[in-house]
Amino acid sequence: MSAGANGGGGAKPGGFTFSPENLDKSKAIIAKYPNGYQASAVLPLLDLAQRQNGGWVSREAMQYVAELLDMAPIRVYEVGTFYTMLNLEPVGKYLVQLCRTTPCWLCGCGDIRAACEQTLGIHVGETTADGLFSLVVVECLGACVNAPVVQINDDYYEDLDANGIKAILEALKRGEAPAPGSQTGRQTSAPASGPTTLHGPGGA
Amino acid sequence: MLSDRDRIFTNLYGVHDWRLAAARQRGAWDNTKALVANGHDWVTEQVKASELRGRGGAGFPTGLKWSFMPNEIDPERPHYLIVNADESEPGTCKDRDIMRHDPHLLLEGCLFAGFAMRAHAAYIYIRGEFFNEAQTLQAAIDEAYHAGLIGKDACGSGWAFDIYLHRGAGAYICGEETGLLESLEGKPGRPRLKPPFPAAVGLYGCPSTVNNVESIAVVPTILRRGAAWFAGLGRPKNAGTKLFCISGHVNQPCNVEEELGIPLKELIEKHTGGVRGGWDNLQGIIPGGSSVPVLPKSICDSVLMDFDSLMEVKSGLGTAGIIVMDKSTDMVEAIARLSHFYMHESCGQCTPCREGTGWVYRMMQRMVSGEASTDDIDLLWDVVGQIEGHTICALGDAAAWPVQGLIRHFRGELERRILERQGVGRGVADAASRAA
Repeated sequence: MSAGANGGGGAKPGGFTFSPENLDKSKAIIAKYPNGYQASAVLPLLDLAQRQNGGWVSREAMQYVAELLDMAPIRVYEVGTFYTMLNLEPVGKYLVQLCRTTPCWLCGCGDIRAACEQTLGIHVGETTADGLFSLVVVECLGACVNAPVVQINDDYYEDLDANGIKAILEALKRGEAPAPGSQTGRQTSAPASGPTTLHGPGGA
Repeated sequence: MLSDRDRIFTNLYGVHDWRLAAARQRGAWDNTKALVANGHDWVTEQVKASELRGRGGAGFPTGLKWSFMPNEIDPERPHYLIVNADESEPGTCKDRDIMRHDPHLLLEGCLFAGFAMRAHAAYIYIRGEFFNEAQTLQAAIDEAYHAGLIGKDACGSGWAFDIYLHRGAGAYICGEETGLLESLEGKPGRPRLKPPFPAAVGLYGCPSTVNNVESIAVVPTILRRGAAWFAGLGRPKNAGTKLFCISGHVNQPCNVEEELGIPLKELIEKHTGGVRGGWDNLQGIIPGGSSVPVLPKSICDSVLMDFDSLMEVKSGLGTAGIIVMDKSTDMVEAIARLSHFYMHESCGQCTPCREGTGWVYRMMQRMVSGEASTDDIDLLWDVVGQIEGHTICALGDAAAWPVQGLIRHFRGELERRILERQGVGRGVADAASRAA
């Protein structure tokens, strides 16, 4: 599922409101928390707003969420600026997040970055002119045994090399949906040549 | 080596289906009602007797932590179980596998843990980046409700128990338990001063206990197979099995469940096909996630992978995220990247951490290029010592320890670069390197 999968509805200048579908979702989210503690829903609602708004949260969206949760707008801005997954400016249709932390670096994340910059013709921190890709660097994505890792919207692409990420980006350009997960075909986090454990029947 | 019969995470790699029917065939949710019928305190006592220590990094005894929760429920202040699934410690990716491949182990564990601490609700706080894992986990929660395993009368036990999933949005600090609570309450994840501890004043001011995913997910198996079984694995005070994540310069990086106390070298050679280029090509290993000090090969040769053994060599088991670095690694850059990580993730609340992590990173950049004086090494050591222990939460400590490990074991490399940069002849630099 892509960050912009819910369409761009509601992002009108001067106003933001949830689509009827997302308004229902927001009510279900708020119901997870005890009465009077609806502020707990601020992160999930900002995430919902971001998805509806094409991948970023505008000031208007934050104000709308504040109103919905009966919070002072400043409390929502404070949350909006604290968490890195909330984008306060527009991003491309595909947000390409390159992990830079030590385990990915040991496995060649520098090559992945170079391949991305070359393939997309932009530098880290930029968006392609066609609005398709934004390239950013992030800290540890938490898939270290499958390094190097890149997250594109909601999906992790793992065990990458320069050609692999290039092929993924080219496929996205063509409007395809390249399969996430390990790009070498290994079983998730198992050793590449097959598990050294769990050989019994039924895996037990 | 641990036998497959003693492995808890039998679907670690997702070879099999994660859904309820398949999870039940693997033993999940078996006889849960009868185990609950033994009572709140029985569950806590079993977990205490199993000698389970928290799997999130600090290694605090889990059963003891639960026993800090009040025995009586104040109707105005319900109890909460909070599961820390904000897995973000560099080198660590084990909870992800539990949640995407065996979520029912976690959910059943939530029921036992929640019941033990007299909580009727659990919140699982999962890092926002794990979107697909959250989808799977939510689907598993829905299955559990549908089957009556949780809900108004969980497993027919008479205990009402709800499980809610809450996604974070990209902040390492929310893995700190009180930062997590702040975030769950809808605020920036700035850790709280302790005391009061969460067991007294936690989520919404109510008694709460925060446990790591793995700590909770092993509980059902402990209760079914008996505390003595779990306590009999591993080493005294370092009991049980553990998920290890082995990344970096090994032939086949992987996650694997092994006994605590396994020699580091054996763990790597058995499951990853060994260090790239052979064991003698090893330069150093960070044994427990980015927050613990790096160890040189000489210690890695013989150290055991458990809390106390790693503490003895001035490092730690942490999350058991093992980052392996061979001789081709620029060790200074490897640690400098971690300094960048802590600078990026500091919440900014405490001055020593907010200012210190940035200062340390800038100094580490100079160490990478050698653009420093040898006195700066001592200054760096001094400054990280002033961050350590002087902040509300342990992020300050975590920023200090990797640098301390680097200086402790690789000072010669730091000096070599500086002298080389200063144009001192290579021979002199080598001599300095050897002397250190």
